[in-house]
Amino acid sequence: MTGTETPFLELRNVTKTYKIKQGLFGETKSLDALKDLSLKLSKGDVLGLVGESGCGKSTLAKILLGLEAPTSGQVLVDGTPIGGHDRLALARRIQPIFQDPYSSLNPRKTIQDLIALPLRVHNVGDEASRTKAVREILDVVGLPSRVLTNYPSQMSGGQRQRVAIARALVMRPQIVICDEPTSALDVSVQSQILNLLGDLRSEFGLTYLFISHDLAVVEHLATQVAVMYLGRIVEETDAAALFDNARHPYSQALLKSVLTPDPAMEVPDTQLGMAYPNPIDPPSGCHFHPRCPRVTSLCKTQTPRPVVDTQGLVECHLHDPQANMTPARQEALT
Amino acid sequence: MTQDGAILTVENLSIDIPTETGTLHAVRNIGFDLKPGETLCIVGESGSGKSLTSLALMGLLGSSIKTKANRMSFDGIDLIRAGKRQMRSLRGARMSMIFQEPMTSLNPAFTIGDQLIEAMTLHVKGPKSDARNRAIDLLQKVGITSAESRMSQYPHQLSGGLRQRVMIAMALMCGPELIIADEPTTALDVTIQAQILRLLKDLQQEFGMAMILITHDLGVVARVADQVAVMYAGELVETGPTAEIFACPSHPYTRGLLRCIPQPGKTERGTRLGTIPGIVPSLVGDVSGCAFRTRCAHARDICRSDIPEQTAPGETHSFRCIAPDGFAGMDETEEARA
Ligand SMILES: Nc1ncnc2c1ncn2[C@@H]1O[C@H](COP(=O)(O)OP(=O)(O)OP(=O)(O)O)[C@@H](O)[C@H]1O
Ligand SMILES: Nc1ncnc2c1ncn2[C@@H]1O[C@H](COP(=O)(O)OP(=O)(O)O)[C@@H](O)[C@H]1O
Ligand code: SF4
Ligand code: SF4
Ligand SMILES: [Mg+2]
Ligand SMILES: [Mg+2]
Repeated sequence: MTGTETPFLELRNVTKTYKIKQGLFGETKSLDALKDLSLKLSKGDVLGLVGESGCGKSTLAKILLGLEAPTSGQVLVDGTPIGGHDRLALARRIQPIFQDPYSSLNPRKTIQDLIALPLRVHNVGDEASRTKAVREILDVVGLPSRVLTNYPSQMSGGQRQRVAIARALVMRPQIVICDEPTSALDVSVQSQILNLLGDLRSEFGLTYLFISHDLAVVEHLATQVAVMYLGRIVEETDAAALFDNARHPYSQALLKSVLTPDPAMEVPDTQLGMAYPNPIDPPSGCHFHPRCPRVTSLCKTQTPRPVVDTQGLVECHLHDPQANMTPARQEALT
Repeated sequence: MTQDGAILTVENLSIDIPTETGTLHAVRNIGFDLKPGETLCIVGESGSGKSLTSLALMGLLGSSIKTKANRMSFDGIDLIRAGKRQMRSLRGARMSMIFQEPMTSLNPAFTIGDQLIEAMTLHVKGPKSDARNRAIDLLQKVGITSAESRMSQYPHQLSGGLRQRVMIAMALMCGPELIIADEPTTALDVTIQAQILRLLKDLQQEFGMAMILITHDLGVVARVADQVAVMYAGELVETGPTAEIFACPSHPYTRGLLRCIPQPGKTERGTRLGTIPGIVPSLVGDVSGCAFRTRCAHARDICRSDIPEQTAPGETHSFRCIAPDGFAGMDETEEARA
């Protein structure tokens, strides 16, 4: 975000609107899963994307992967809009690892076939060189070659997630989009997968977008963090800055709700009185205002603008030097 | 193990499940006590037998599943010998359960209000209006705004977090003395999780209930439990007061689990996490010795035999291992294992 080099991957003012049919008479409403959202990913970054269920994390991932088209806005790779790229060539460079190691693998295919599939789709090499590539990648993710003839049902959750990782990496991508890659796994398996992702990053110079509900995991792995709320990024900064000194009241509440295994501490009071709002009918002004412990009258009517300063991006009146809420701001910053 | 004043006592509970390939010894010889007002967390990875244990306590296991115990008693009532009718009158009245997935235990065809009211009128005689008032009161207590109007809504009209709150309210309708919550927050956002756990703790204090909270999340355990029981492959490998278990984890599995999770402030960012290589063994057929031996860095031949119970330093808690200190002094990093 701070560098001037062309970002590897960029979303520029992306909006994704879904049409939803409601009620008996099929009245159609629109739901903005992403709202005028901009995001940059630089080479070697691990960008952690966090936020509550339904805030738009997976939608963002699908757009980056080209699985969904934005309603408006652009996706740029190396500064060139995605439309100008050869789609297949792009898919080779960006690969996904999804949450559920159970449903993302076709149960009727062997592990060999599953991992070789992207190579076949992209017409890479001949049968012999593909087999060699599959064996190599299997070794990288720490699976023995005897599993090649197995079916997914014969493997444990952790092994299946390794297969999913092998399949993502067999194309030697530069960017890997991980959507909750470990949330279906037990902690003893999760730590192996997280270690593997870390090793692969240093070995192959990978760039990750890492989506997770688990903030302790994000804190451990990410170099940058973006916090999402109702289709917007409300704060983005380096991981250390966010975890040591979050500025947005929502980021603060999220961090506060992390239960570190410290028996001397109680369950925290997040002060987030109300539940997550309905995205079809978002609150006025700052979308976070009904739950914000720092809300002022300005917040109810005026949408805060993104402010970028030395500490990163934040979208909250409290941190906007031009926002007309001086007394509260004064109070907040003292 | 039995302590005076316990409301729940479990001694040598085993659960066997017949399968096509033989008997699955899903839970083996576990025991614990619970006092009124106390919280016990049963922590373990998926398949370790946590849910089966809670279902056995509630008398909700199918008839093909065989439950054995030296003792399983709730306030002096023998839960092993209790008949179907007696269990039905206890369930939802004096002991309640909150399930992981609220949709499976809420009836989609009835309103929230009807279900809450029925939870009470099933057990307590009296005017329906009393039950209705209590339902509204409890919905407010669990933090549901405009409780009156929620009463006429159907389960599918509520978010996951709200449904879980309704389940809690329902479990409390009759003022139970024991509440068993099976992963009540696993499917929820961290923000909602914190709110629900706080709520459970507050209500527990207010009503003096005993609580068994089942989870796989060590963060939840640390913040909520008075007592901890660590479960692995159907056995309790370590039990004791929360502070002691975290300060002095003695079983190699407990220590392994704690090393697997990144602990903000403790684990250095970006470093490698600890791992427990290998997978859970099959519990079908003959199961003897320490079930953890296929993954334990210290395993040796005698771990195939009966494993004695050890008392941790300071006599504070107990665990099962051949070594009196559970090899706590030894380094178990991957380097050491290699
Ligand atoms: N195909 C679709 N049609 C209609 N609405 C959709 C569709 N996909 C997503 N949405 C809506 O868009 C919003 C964002 O969804 P998304 O799946 O991106 O959330 P998420 O942040 O990944 O949540 P979770 O943490 O639960 O995975 C939600 O309100 C969701 O209901
Ligand atoms: N009704 C059942 N029939 C057959 N096996 C079961 C049944 N219920 C549970 N099991 C098995 O018993 C073991 C423990 O299950 P469970 O108590 O649900 O684990 P946990 O709740 O700790 O994840 C698992 O191996 C599971 O597959
Ligand atoms: S703009 Fe106002 S309501 Fe929104 S986060 Fe900032 S203080 Fe809270
Ligand atoms: S009994 Fe043996 S295998 Fe089991 S935990 Fe102790 S040393 Fe490890
Ligand atoms: Mg998602
Ligand atoms: Mg369970």
